[in-house]
Amino acid sequence: MAFLEISNIQKRFGSQTAVHDFSISIEKGEFITFLGPSGCGKTTILRMLAGFETPSIGSIVFDGKDVTHVPTNQRNVGMVFQSYALFPNMTVAENIGFGLKVANAGKAEIENRVREMLKLIKLDALADRYPWQMSGGQQQRVALARALANKPKVLLLDEPLSALDAKIRISLREEIRELQRALGITTVFVTHDQEEALSISDRIVVLNEGRVEQTGTPSSIYNFPRTRFVASFIGTLNQLSGEVVDTAKGEIRVGTQTLITSNPLDDLRNGQPCTLAIRPEAITLDDAGAGKNTVQTLVDDVSFLGSIVRIRTHLGSESLSMDVFNDPNQKLPVRGDTVSLSFAFENLLVLA
Amino acid sequence: MSAATQPPTINAITPPGRKPLNLNLLGVAPFFIFALLFLLLPTAYLMVGAFQDAEGHFTLKNLAGLLEANVLDAYWISFKISIASSVAGGLLGFLLAWAAVLGKLPGWIRPTLMTFSGVASNFAGVPLAFAFLATLGRMGLVTILLKKYLDFNIYSTGFSILSFVGLTLTYLYFQIPLMVLIVTPALEGLKKEWREACDCLGGSTVQYWRYIAMPVLWPSILGAMLLLFANAFGAVATAYSLTGSSLNIVPILLYAQIRGDVLHNPNLGYAMALGMIVITGLANAGYMVLRSKTDRRSA
Amino acid sequence: MSVATKESRLGAWIAMGIGTTYFLLPLIATFEFSLRMKRGEYSFEAYNVVFGDPQFQATFGYSIVMAIATIFVGVLLVVPTAYWVHLRMPKLRPLVEFITLLPLVIPAIVIVFGYLRMYNSSSIIPLTGSERATDFLLVCSYVTLSLPYMYRSVDTGLRTIDVRTLTEAAEVLGANRATILLRVIFPNISSAILSGAFLTFAVVVGEFTMASLLDRPAFGPYLQLMGANRAYEPSALAIIAFIVTWASMGLINVFGRNAHTKPTR
Repeated sequence: MAFLEISNIQKRFGSQTAVHDFSISIEKGEFITFLGPSGCGKTTILRMLAGFETPSIGSIVFDGKDVTHVPTNQRNVGMVFQSYALFPNMTVAENIGFGLKVANAGKAEIENRVREMLKLIKLDALADRYPWQMSGGQQQRVALARALANKPKVLLLDEPLSALDAKIRISLREEIRELQRALGITTVFVTHDQEEALSISDRIVVLNEGRVEQTGTPSSIYNFPRTRFVASFIGTLNQLSGEVVDTAKGEIRVGTQTLITSNPLDDLRNGQPCTLAIRPEAITLDDAGAGKNTVQTLVDDVSFLGSIVRIRTHLGSESLSMDVFNDPNQKLPVRGDTVSLSFAFENLLVLA
Repeated sequence: MSAATQPPTINAITPPGRKPLNLNLLGVAPFFIFALLFLLLPTAYLMVGAFQDAEGHFTLKNLAGLLEANVLDAYWISFKISIASSVAGGLLGFLLAWAAVLGKLPGWIRPTLMTFSGVASNFAGVPLAFAFLATLGRMGLVTILLKKYLDFNIYSTGFSILSFVGLTLTYLYFQIPLMVLIVTPALEGLKKEWREACDCLGGSTVQYWRYIAMPVLWPSILGAMLLLFANAFGAVATAYSLTGSSLNIVPILLYAQIRGDVLHNPNLGYAMALGMIVITGLANAGYMVLRSKTDRRSA
Repeated sequence: MSVATKESRLGAWIAMGIGTTYFLLPLIATFEFSLRMKRGEYSFEAYNVVFGDPQFQATFGYSIVMAIATIFVGVLLVVPTAYWVHLRMPKLRPLVEFITLLPLVIPAIVIVFGYLRMYNSSSIIPLTGSERATDFLLVCSYVTLSLPYMYRSVDTGLRTIDVRTLTEAAEVLGANRATILLRVIFPNISSAILSGAFLTFAVVVGEFTMASLLDRPAFGPYLQLMGANRAYEPSALAIIAFIVTWASMGLINVFGRNAHTKPTR
């Protein structure tokens, strides 16, 4: 039995269904991310885990106990909000100690726990500050400490980094991950930022319009997207339209050229149109070797992006982008050149 | 004549785009002249007059006259009515605002309450007195209905609409809406995430209100009550129409004094006016202090 | 949904119920009372008497004229001032705002008391000498009373439309100051002005203290007189007054975005 078991939950608001039949088993100590665009249902699921909403159908079980209809203040979950939600009339220390205070803990116990938490987030000096005297990043760390002070069973984070500056976002997400590892606490993280999700999660659940598109490790989601949505949501992707020539041989016609893929075409029949995808980093600027497709394309644009140079080309009506590492010694093509691009058979992905 | 002895010519060219100061002052002059003539000077005239006797010499006798029995009584009654209507109006107004903002009622209730409060807070004065006479007067609808259906004559208990209680009840009609208007923004400022965070940390409803909501709200509530106090203290028309001179509050006494010098000392009237300004001024100053406390805290 | 939410919702409905009763009951009672003029039956007799009363027509008309004059003077005074403060003299803003809030601190009776002492027949500016002059004084007192609402409304309107940018855009296109004020700023804050105007109207028509002490034949003193002498007509008048106030506020809602917000100082 997994630590956190969500079974077939569905959430309807009036005639709208926000979440369709969602299930997942989460292990103790796992860091799982719900990823998707606004309105995909990820926050709704999180709020059901917290108890702010009740599922219309289905059940939620924490560590063997069914909490589906248990009120929030009896679930012992920790929650971090996008807007920090620190209590404005209390100092940092009072905020962090609040959970213990309402549980009628002793003064000494509260002081010790607060000190412990402040050390964890490295903000010992700010114990007596008020929220309006601190930066966004500091407030969010205090919010994290406040959520963890109660030693909750599950830590829930609702887009905690979205309101922060880019640099802080990166350093804070690493801090969160380290804290989570050190404490071994089961964590559910919600975000719409795919880079965030990829960098810190054990597993990612990609959601769209209330349904799960794909669940897997960051690497598998990135390298082996199973649907068009996942492929275009994660990373940049080249998408091509083609027509199946031979499912046994993996041949697909794109424009005037025939390409080969080593990915399964079981669901398709000969002659059926399909959508293909290739990651820009899977393409190289050269002629083929064994096991590789080669296409001739026309260069539209060469953009210098710092460490990467992005070359945009087109093949008939399809556009193909590729990235090369910046090398001052390498001679780059210019607009109007015809270049050969190649990519391995297994890198030609077939999308649903 | 050498160039050195010629007086230096200074070309006074105003930098492009900057209008001379006089022109700008001219734009706001009408306003300040008006304010001076019809707001500041008349008030100052009274305040100075409070310290003068009939010949124009400086004296503190007028202020002492405020301690005269009937004047002091008037201040005391005014004070009681203002406190009663502002505390009651404050609490009831707060409850109504809470119900509309946080009570999870249908969506149309809040805007309707706000619109109605906007109207009702202006429905003071003579028509309001009439309305309450028609409701709770001897021949009023509620009086008659209670007599008819519950066999209960409220006037036999000693109640009368033409009394301290009656006037307070009437004042509530514009005090409660005023409270609703002032306190609703503060209630809306209570972030829903604070309640949710409190829930997650294990807090109950009582603990939420005790440790989080009330500490955040009390400056606004108290400040609003101070405004209500000042509002009630200066009100004339309603009292005049309802209780007339039977309930001698300060504005009524001042009214009579202005009309007919009932106190036989014109300068005493000035002192009374000064007393009123001091009291309403203090109440408003208190409100501003509490307001700034809230503003500083809102992150 | 937790138990606590259900309980609080019940409490909210109860509060609303009591509130609604308290606020609607006087209106219903007044209306009912106003229908009782003819013994034994309900009729609009009281209203007939009121509307037919030449005093009613005279005083109501007088107050409406006063209200319009107040609005006119008020707009002429407030709009250019607010515009100037916004654009050219932002340092004066706190002072101007403080002044516009004084009428809310200083009770009306004190203000009119000051007028009577300063502008009576024996002073430098004898404004209580003639009827017309006293009318002028009354309008000035009303403008003072309505200053907080008018200024607040216009000020918010100016802030909403970003006056500075609009003015600069117009200047670049070659407009002079008067043109800008008249053809660019005014139309854009017309709803704010109307807001302030309707509020002023509601305040002036029913006003008692100033009119009574300055001895002018306005609607407020007329109401008070009726209340002292008649039984049923006052209720009819109260209903009429309420409808006028409600209509004014309703029109604010129709025209104004910044409706029914008292000045938050």
